[in-house]
Parts: sequence; structure tokens; C-alpha cells
Amino acid sequence: MSLLQIKNLHVEIDGKKILNGLDLTIEKGTVHAIMGPNGSGKSTLAYVLAGKADYEVTEGDVLLDGRSILDMAPDERAAKGLFLAFQYPVEIPGVATMTFLRTAVNAQRKKRGEGEYSTPDFLKKVREAAAKLEIDPDMLKRSVNVGFSGGEKKRAEILQMTMFEPRLAVLDETDSGLDIDALKVVSEGVNRLRSPERAFLVITHYQRLLDHIVPDVVHVMSRGRIVKTGGKELALELEARGYAQYAEAAE
Amino acid sequence: MPAVQETVDQVRRIDVDQYKYGFETIIESDKAPKGLNEDTVRFISEKKNEPAWMLEWRLEAFRRWLTMREPTWARVDYPKIDYQDYYYYSAPKKKPALNSLDEVDPEILRTYEKLGIPLREQEMLAGVVRPEGERRVAVDAVFDSVSVATTFQAELKKSGVIFMPISEALREHPDLVKKYIGSVVPVTDNFFATLNSAVFSDGSFVYVPPGVRCPMELSTYFRINEKDTGQFERTLIIADKGSYVSYLEGCTAPMRDEHQLHAAVVELVALEDAEIKYSTVQNWYPGDAEGKGGIFNFVTKRGDCREKNSKISWTQVETGSAITWKYPSCILRGDNSRGEFYSIAISNGRQQVDSGTKMIHLGKNTTSRIISKGIAAGKSQNTYRGLVSAHRKASNARNFTNCDSLLVGDKCGAHTVPYLEAKNSSAVFEHEATTSKISEDMLFYCRQRGLSAEEATALVVNGFVKDVLQQLPMEFAVEAQKLISISLEGSVG
Ligand SMILES: Nc1ncnc2c1ncn2[C@@H]1O[C@H](COP(=O)(O)OP(=O)(O)O)[C@@H](O)[C@H]1O
Ligand SMILES: [Mg+2]
Repeated sequence: MSLLQIKNLHVEIDGKKILNGLDLTIEKGTVHAIMGPNGSGKSTLAYVLAGKADYEVTEGDVLLDGRSILDMAPDERAAKGLFLAFQYPVEIPGVATMTFLRTAVNAQRKKRGEGEYSTPDFLKKVREAAAKLEIDPDMLKRSVNVGFSGGEKKRAEILQMTMFEPRLAVLDETDSGLDIDALKVVSEGVNRLRSPERAFLVITHYQRLLDHIVPDVVHVMSRGRIVKTGGKELALELEARGYAQYAEAAE
Repeated sequence: MPAVQETVDQVRRIDVDQYKYGFETIIESDKAPKGLNEDTVRFISEKKNEPAWMLEWRLEAFRRWLTMREPTWARVDYPKIDYQDYYYYSAPKKKPALNSLDEVDPEILRTYEKLGIPLREQEMLAGVVRPEGERRVAVDAVFDSVSVATTFQAELKKSGVIFMPISEALREHPDLVKKYIGSVVPVTDNFFATLNSAVFSDGSFVYVPPGVRCPMELSTYFRINEKDTGQFERTLIIADKGSYVSYLEGCTAPMRDEHQLHAAVVELVALEDAEIKYSTVQNWYPGDAEGKGGIFNFVTKRGDCREKNSKISWTQVETGSAITWKYPSCILRGDNSRGEFYSIAISNGRQQVDSGTKMIHLGKNTTSRIISKGIAAGKSQNTYRGLVSAHRKASNARNFTNCDSLLVGDKCGAHTVPYLEAKNSSAVFEHEATTSKISEDMLFYCRQRGLSAEEATALVVNGFVKDVLQQLPMEFAVEAQKLISISLEGSVG
């Protein structure tokens, strides 16, 4: 069974149509990339998958392991293994990153009927993962995303992803705001997690991320639909020729 | 409340969505007849074997009270209180022997056990091994109108610290009590304080002698059990020159459909170079979601930094009561004295909170700091009311106030009412205030990471109040954090 199936998805916000019949199927163990111009609806897709309120699904369905998730609360989806690395990670003043991670990981484990991590085990795991992502341990004591630079925020998202061990990770423009060194560190973080049981949906505006996280499938999105699907060479073609040609395809 | 692991665990285990301390203890009690008149006052004084001057003091207060009106300036709304419809004295019938816990009624001991309050000091004294580094807390347990047990008295005595029920102090240390009682909150101070002066039944008395750092934290645990009973406790803490004491106070009550009345007076006196840290976790029964029942909490708390270089710090976590009317204040009389007020006030359901502080700068170079975090959820109303004033002679008075309100949902209200009065041109008062609504983006982010709506709200709120939580003794902070989560239950979704 496919891990994720999106069927003819139509989404509106405040009466404005944003996704217009989007289809997408993702198998376990694969990495899919979605590329598309600004405003084409990439973040909207990510939010709808994660269950953000305000987005109205007017038609279609989203299935995880063959079961619709549209009626599930965001935390239920998270417990089922869906993770979203936010394009704009949210700041939570007064809540230390370490506390946040431990609370959230244990909340998910509890929902799945798994035991909580002991504190020392957890600390060890976080510190190891942080070191690999070149995150200063002091950052874990700071409030979630508060005062983090753009690059730090993105690394912190990948650190969280590492701790949650999701089955489907959606990365929304994780490359934006990263310099080339940070891009490498973050990409390696993602590549380490690639496994036959786990899939990724990597949303990006630029081809360069895909040099590091090599996708199995590349989709082009325009005006709320997938207008072309191909292999990793499609990303190179896009880089050379731009998105303009696909604008018409979406009409 | 105590700071031992059992308590922390106990609080952790609490996870159903209703008031957790709402059970009633069935016990025979000895009551004054219902209602309030001079005979009630005489009855109480006689029960306590008080010296004659104390009775006179009470009667004077009572006569004065008859001429006073209940204040109406607070932003709280409640049905008229019939003061004749309460019992003003209620005590468990079996008289507890003060130096032996074995003689306390086992029902009462069980009540405190259920609440997570350890009264079993003998266990520790008998050498039961305790985790290393665990801090010990001496507890005075007040059940309705009387103190039922005070622990660690003997050990405290060695260092010269007096910690006992005020009724006992009136008999054993009358001169000390006479010298200080009413010296911070005068008998005529306000309607509720004057009522308390007439009918107060018990409370704690603390005296820390010069130069002594109190060897453990002191704590009083108040419980209202009897129906239609008012609790009027009186606490008096004196830190003599160069001494230090940290005092914790916790409160709960059974769930009842009727409102119960609580009008306490707390007086603190800090002499030269002395410091008093006073922490409260107030969790009286708040009433049900429709506003039925709950404690009316009208409290006068005031600290007097009487001599130079003294310091008084109030920290409060207010989660309970149907009505809260409470302004722990500092009179900064001594030069270079310092007052602090750290407050977390959470209201949910139909609770109404009107709370804040007064910092009265009288001496030179006095400083004060106010950090207030108000959280309103449900259909509650939450008001911060604060006064900062500098007297003509208070040169170089400094105050910093930070007052943040957080709204959870859109049926609640948060209000900030600051009063500033500087009669000295060198005074510098800084005031910051914010009101925000709990952000949907923050909640969504937390929920994407696996937290339920309530867990997410609790986490965000705990972050919001962190600056104040840090002021609490550590184990106490854990309890407070749990309480915050519990009191927000039912506020979302
Ligand atoms: N909350 C919102 N309210 C109204 N319009 C929105 C909202 N969020 C996104 N949009 C609109 O939806 C379209 C797609 O946005 P988005 O999904 O963020 O695109 P992308 O991530 O591909 O840049 C844009 O036209 C944007 O203005
Ligand atoms: Mg986007």
C-alpha cells in the first residue's frame, strides 16, 4: 500500500481557491520533490497535510496508509508519523527547546502506546543528533526558535525531525536562508534518515537542494496542481528553463 | 506546600478534569453558633484562651467593622454576602496534642496525606533514609479554624526560630505578638482586614532571631472543610536584623455548591538587613464551570521593610477561588530596602480575579520590581491592579513593572489598572504592559509536534509565566506548573 495518496485535492481559504485537483502518490522509501514558483500553493499543501485549521478541503481526499486523515487532529496525524518542517518555524517564548522536544516526543510515544524515554536516554539522543547537525548544545536551552537565526531555525527543525523519527516528513523550503555549508549539514541530516520505511516530500524553490538530497521523483506545481512529473533530471531542466512554460499548462 | 517528592508525584498523578482537592473529610466539629456578634468574638477568644488585651483588640475591631462598608471598587461581581449566614469558628472535636502527631485525628492526617502534605516528621527524625539533597519543609496545617499540627518545631527551636500556630504564640510569646500584630495592617485598614481582626481563628506565627538563616523552608497549609464556614487566618512573620526566612503557603477546599468565605490577613516585618521570601500557591475551589460554588477570597497581605537594607519578596501562583481580591504589598520604609512581587494569576470558567500589588516607597534609594502574568481563559475576568508610589522623601526611588496578560479564547477579559504617584522628582518608574491572545500559529506548531490542544496551551502558558515560576523554590515550581495545566483544562476546543 502506498504511504501517502492525495486524490483530486481541492482547497480553499477564505473562499479563495488555492489547490485545484492535486494528485500525488508517495511510496515508502522514496524521496519526492515538489518545485514551483512562489504562490503556487506548496505551503498550502504542506499545511493541509499537517491539518492546519482555516484551510477548507472542498473536494478530494488524503490517505495515509490507505486511511483518510482529513478528520484527524494535527496531533493525531503527528502520532501517525507525519512531520512538517515549517517554512517559517514558530517561536515559543519561555519554553526551552530541550523541554519542548522531550514533551512532544513523549506525547507522541504515549499516543502510540509506546513507553516514554527516560531523561538520560533522551538527553543523550538529542545531544548526539545536535552534534551531527553542528548545533551548539547551548541552543537547546534557549526558548524554541526565539532569537535563532534563519539557519539555526532550519537546523532545529531537522533536529526535531531526527528525534521524532517520522514515517513521512514534509520539508517546506528547508533550504531557504541557508548558506552552502549549512545546506550541506542539513542535507546530510536528511540523508541519514532515509530508509526503506520512511518517505520525504521535499518542497523547494531551487534546484540546488536537490544536488544534496537526491530525489526519486520530481513534481512541478503551478496554480494549485501538479503539472509535470519526472525523474531527478526534471529539476535540472527547470533550473535551465524556468517555470514560465508551466504557467500555461496549469490554465 | 511541601517540597517532597511524594507531593510532586501526587500532583503529577492528577489528571482528571475536575477540581482534585474537592473531597470532604467527615469529622465531628466543634462550632460557634452561626452568625456574627460580640458573643461570637468572645467565644473565639475564649476557645483560644487568649489574654484579655487580645479580646479587647478583637472587640474594638468588631465595633469598627460594624461601621464599615464592603468595598466595591474591584472589578468583581458577586451576590451580596450575608455575614450572618456563616460559622465563624469550627474546629475538629478531638483536641490535637500539639507535640505529637500520633494524637491527631487519623481522618485529618489522611486528608493531608491525600492532599500530598507530609506531616510525618517523626519518620524523618527516626532516621528513615531520604534522597540526598531533598529539602525539608516544616509544615503548619490549619484545618478550618485551628492548627492541627506543626512539624519540626523542636528542630527549629534549636536555631531559635519560632514557628507555631498564632493561637499558641499568643499564649507563649504574648509580648512578641502584641508588639507586631496590627503594626503592618492596622485594625481599621479595610473592611475584610477589620473583619479578620475581630474573628481570626488561627494561622502561623514566625519569628526569626537576629542573624539567623532559617534552616528549612516553613510552610502553612490551609484547608477549609466545614460547610458554610468562613476561614479567617492571620499570619505574622517577623524577620529580625540580618535574618532570612522563606515561607510557603498552600490552600485547598472541598467542592461545595455554596460559596465559602476566606478573609485572611498576612503581616510581614523585615528589620535591618533581613529578608523574607513569601510564596503562595492558592488553589481554593474555584466553583464549577457555571460559577456555582467556589471560595470568595478577600485577602490583605502586606510586608513592611521597616528598617534599612531589608527585603520582602512576594511570589504568588493564583489558580483557585471564585473571587480573588488580593494585593500583596510592600511598604519600603527603610532606606535601601527592596520589594518584589511576582505573580501568576490564572482564571478559567467564571472565575474573577482582581489582584496586584502596592509598592509604597517611603525611604531613600528604595527599589521595587513587579512582574505580573495574568492568564484569562473560559468566561473569566482577570484584572491586574497595581499602585506604585514615591513619598516626598523617597529620593531615588526606582520601580520596574512588567505586566503581561494572555487571553485564551475570546469570551474572557484581561484588564490592567496601574496607578503611579511620584511625589519626589528623582523617582524613576518604568512600566511595561502587554496583552496578547494565545497565538494560533504557536498552538498549531505544538500540535504538529504531537501535543493535544490542552497540552499545547499548557506548554505555551508555562512559557509565558516562566519568569515568575523561576522565583519559586524548585520543587514548588513543579507543582505550580502542574496546577497551571490542570486549571486550564476545558479552556480550549
Ligand atoms: N492564510 C491565507 N489567506 C489568504 N490567502 C492565502 C493564505 N495563505 C496562502 N494564501 C494564498 O495562497 C496562495 C498559495 O500560497 P502558498 O501555499 O504559501 O504558496 P507557496 O508556498 O507555493 O509560495 C498564494 O496566492 C497566497 O497568497
Ligand atoms: Mg511556501
